[in-house]
Amino acid sequence: MVYRKDIVPFLLLLPTLAYLVLFLGYPLVQTFILAFTSDKGALGNFQQLMSTGEFWKTLKNTLLITGVVVPLQLVLALLLALFVNMRFKGYTIVLYIISIPLALSDVSAALMSYSIFAPMGYLNKFLLNLGFIEQPIYFFGFMFQTREFWVIVLTEVWRATPLVFVIILAGLQAVNREYLEAADIFGFSAWQKFRKIIFPILKPSILSALLIRTLFAFQIFGVVWLLAGRDIPILAGEAFYWQTEVNNAHMASAYALIIALVSLIISWAYITFLKPTQGSTA
Amino acid sequence: MAQVILENVKKYFGQVKALDGIDLIVKDQKFVVLLGPSGCGKTTLLRCVSGLEKVTSGRIYFDGQDVTDLPPRSRNVSMVFQSYAVWPHMRVYENIAYPMKIKKYDREEIENKVEWAAKLLNIHELLDRYPAQLSGGQRQRVAVARAIVLEPAVLLMDEPLSNLDALLRVMMRSELKKLQERLGTTTIYVTHDQVEAMTMGDMIAVMSAGKIQQYGTPEEIYHKPANLFVAGFIGSPRMNFLEVEIQRGKGEVFFISESVKITCPLKLSDKLRDFPQKRVTLGMRPEHIHLSRVESGYPLRGEVYFSERLGADTIVHFKVDEEKIVAKIPGDVILEEGGSVEFFLDLSKIHVFDPKTGRSLV
Amino acid sequence: MAKKLLIGFIAVIVSLWFLTPVVLIVFASLTPSSDFYDPHKLFPTKLTLDHLYKLFVVLDGWRATLNSLQVAGLSIGLSFLVGLPAGFALTRYVFPGKNAFRLSILLTRSFPMMIIAVPLVVLYLKIGISDTLTGVALAHTSMILPFVVLITSSILSGISVEYEEAGMIFGLSRFGAFLKITLPLALPGLAASAIFAFIMSWNEVFIASVLTLINRTLPAHILNTAMTSPDYFKFAAGTVMALPAMVFIFFTRKYLMSMWGISLK
Repeated sequence: MVYRKDIVPFLLLLPTLAYLVLFLGYPLVQTFILAFTSDKGALGNFQQLMSTGEFWKTLKNTLLITGVVVPLQLVLALLLALFVNMRFKGYTIVLYIISIPLALSDVSAALMSYSIFAPMGYLNKFLLNLGFIEQPIYFFGFMFQTREFWVIVLTEVWRATPLVFVIILAGLQAVNREYLEAADIFGFSAWQKFRKIIFPILKPSILSALLIRTLFAFQIFGVVWLLAGRDIPILAGEAFYWQTEVNNAHMASAYALIIALVSLIISWAYITFLKPTQGSTA
Repeated sequence: MAQVILENVKKYFGQVKALDGIDLIVKDQKFVVLLGPSGCGKTTLLRCVSGLEKVTSGRIYFDGQDVTDLPPRSRNVSMVFQSYAVWPHMRVYENIAYPMKIKKYDREEIENKVEWAAKLLNIHELLDRYPAQLSGGQRQRVAVARAIVLEPAVLLMDEPLSNLDALLRVMMRSELKKLQERLGTTTIYVTHDQVEAMTMGDMIAVMSAGKIQQYGTPEEIYHKPANLFVAGFIGSPRMNFLEVEIQRGKGEVFFISESVKITCPLKLSDKLRDFPQKRVTLGMRPEHIHLSRVESGYPLRGEVYFSERLGADTIVHFKVDEEKIVAKIPGDVILEEGGSVEFFLDLSKIHVFDPKTGRSLV
Repeated sequence: MAKKLLIGFIAVIVSLWFLTPVVLIVFASLTPSSDFYDPHKLFPTKLTLDHLYKLFVVLDGWRATLNSLQVAGLSIGLSFLVGLPAGFALTRYVFPGKNAFRLSILLTRSFPMMIIAVPLVVLYLKIGISDTLTGVALAHTSMILPFVVLITSSILSGISVEYEEAGMIFGLSRFGAFLKITLPLALPGLAASAIFAFIMSWNEVFIASVLTLINRTLPAHILNTAMTSPDYFKFAAGTVMALPAMVFIFFTRKYLMSMWGISLK
C-alpha cells in the first residue's frame, strides 16, 4: 500500500464523484424542483395528486404488492438456500438453474407469465385439454383485477426470489460446519439447529436482503405495466404515465419524489430498528 | 556493485515511527543482514532502499549518487520478495527475461542472460513452465534468477527463505550466500531468523523499534553485544540476565543479590569504577555455564527445574531461589528433576549492562 | 435412502419451477399461430421461425436490439473508464475520506435509480440529446458505475500488490505496472463483471422507456408496443430478451458465484 500525501488517489476518484454528482445529485435536486413547481404554487402537484382517488389507490397497491411479495420471497429464498446448502450430489446444477431469473428483465418475466396465463396460454390449454374447464379462465383485464394481482405476485416472486436466495446463500457460508456438528453431538433437532445457530448468523444477510428487496419492490414497474397496465396503478407506473403519456414532468416528479421519500423512510427504519448491533457475528 | 549509505533516514506512517533515524553504511560487495523481530522496521528500511517507500526525511546514496527521490526503476536495484512475486501469467523464461525486455535489450542478449541466470540457479529445465506448475522452492529460484539477471548494483532480499520448509531453507542458505560471493553484488537481506543472519551475513544490523541497535560482524554481535536487546535477541537459548547491586570495597567491585555475591573480574572493574548507579544487569550465556569446575568459575547451587535432552547437548533449567538460570551442557547429561546440583558461571565471559539504558558497560 | 429420494424429488420440483417458464416462452415464440390459437393443441406440432423473423424485420425488433447493444456497450465502456481508476484507488491507496467514499458508493445501492429519468428528460431536451442512445447510455452508466467501482476494487484487491511492486522494481512505472501486470491478471474477473454490467443495461426498462421515443432499446420497444401487438410478438420478444442474458450468465456462472461470496467447494 502506498501511503503518501498524494493527490493521485483523489484524481482517480474525481471522475466517479463528478459523474455521480452530475447524474444522481443533479436529477435528485431537479426532481425536487419539478415536483414543487406548478401553476398553483409549491404544493400544487401534491394537492392534485391527493385530490384524486388515484393516488391513495396507487399507494395502497404498491404497499400491498410489497407487503405480500417480500415476505413470500424471504421465506422461499431461505428454504431454497437451506436446501441447496445441503450440498447434495449435483447441487451446483440446481444452483445454476435457480440463478436463471437473475439474468432476466422484468419484461421477460412478465411475458413468460403472459404465455402461461393468457386466454390461449399454457395453463388454460392444459386445463381445457384435460377437461377440467370448459371455457378459458381470464387472468388479465380490467374486470379481473384480483386475478391480475395474484399473477403479478406470482411473477414477482418467481423473478426476484433468486436475488434474495443468492444473498442468503452467501450468508450461509459463514455458518461454520463445526457448530452444526457440535449441535448434532449434543442432540439438537433440525429446528433447534436452525433457531439457535443458523438463524442468528444469518440475520445480517436476511436483513440486508430484506432492505434491498423492499426498496426494489416499491419501484416495481415492468411486470405490472405489461400484465395489468393501469388496471393496478402503482407508484412507478403512475410516474411513467404522467411523463410519457400526459407529458407532465411535474406530476411525474411528484410521484418519483414519493418513491424516493418512501425509500428514505424504509432505509432509516432499517438502520434504526433492525440493523444488527456491533456485537453480533457478521 | 555499489556502496549504499543511509543518512538519518526517518519514515513515519502518520504518527507511527517506523524508522527513527537510521544511519547505515553498506560497503561494496558486502552481504549485510537486517535482523530483528516483527515490526522493528527492517522491511520498511529495505523498501526505502528499493524506492517502493518514500522516506519522510534523510538521504540515501548509491556510490555517492543521491537516489532518495528516484523511483525504483531508476535506481538499479533488484529485489526478491517474501512471496517471490513471480508473475503468474508469464512463463519462467518470460519472468526472467522481463526486466531486460522492459529495458529493450535485443533478443540474443536476453536469451544469453536468461540461460546464464537459469544455469546459476539450476532451473534450466523449468524455463518453459508456468509458476503455478512449480513448487515453492522452484518459484523462489525463479525470483532470484530474475533479480540477478541484470546484475544490479544493489540486491535486496525480503525474508526469501521464510516460506520454505526447514531442509530446503538450510540448503538455500548456503546456495544464496555462495551465489552472492560469486557475483559480488552488494546485498541487503532482511530476516527475523538469527541463524540465517549469523551464517550468511558479513555484517549484521540488529534492529528494534525503528532503530539500529548494533551494527557489526556476527562475532561482534555475539560476543560483544552493545545492549540488552541485542544480547537477548542473539543466541539460543537466550542469555541469562541477573539483576544485582554493586558494592565497592577494598579496590574491588562486588555484584550482590539474594542468591549471589560475585567478585567482578579485574578487567571489568576498571570500567565500572565511575558508574554512578547502584544496580546493574549481569548477562551470562547458557554455554558459559558448566557442571564442572573451571578457571574463573563462580559456583552456584540450584534445583534442576527442567531438563531438555537434545542428544548433542542438554539444556538444563535451574532454579536458584526465585531466579531461573538456563545452562547449555555439551553431551547427553541425565539430571534428576528436583535434584540439587552445583554449577559454575564462567566469569571471564560475563556481560554487564546498565539496567536503565540497556547499554553494555564493558 | 428415503432422504436421498426426497432430496432428489425436491431438486426436480425446484428445477422445474424455475426452468418451465423459460422453456415455455421459447416454445411459444416458435409455435406457429395456427397451433397456438388451436385450443386442442397444447404443444406445437411443428416449430417455426416465422415469429422471430417478423419480430426482427417487420416490427423493428432488429433495430431495437441493435440499440440495446449499443447502449449497453457504451454504458460498460464509460462506467469502466470512470470506475476502474476509482476501484484501483480504493485498493492501493490509503487516504483521508476513503471510508466515507466507499460508504457513499454503497449507499447509492438504495437509491431508486428510476427517479433520475424524469429530470434527465428535461435536461436532455435542453442540451439536445433527447431521444438518443447516448442519453440512455449516460443514464445507465450512473446506474452501473457504483457497481463497477465496488467490484473492480474487490477484484484488484485479490491481486497481490507485490506483483505490481516487482514490476516497479524491474523497470515499470506505477501506471505501467498496473497496465502490464495487474490488468492482465484481473482480466477474467473484469470480463465477468462487464458481462454482468451488460445485463444490467440490457434489461433496464423504465429509464430507457422514459428517455426515448423513436430510438428505443429492446425492452422499451416491447413495453410500448406489447399491449397492442399480436401474441407471437410478445413471445418472440421475450425470448430474444431472455436468451442472450442467460447464455452470458451460463458462461460466467463460476465467477458470479464467487462474486456473491458463495464458495462452490
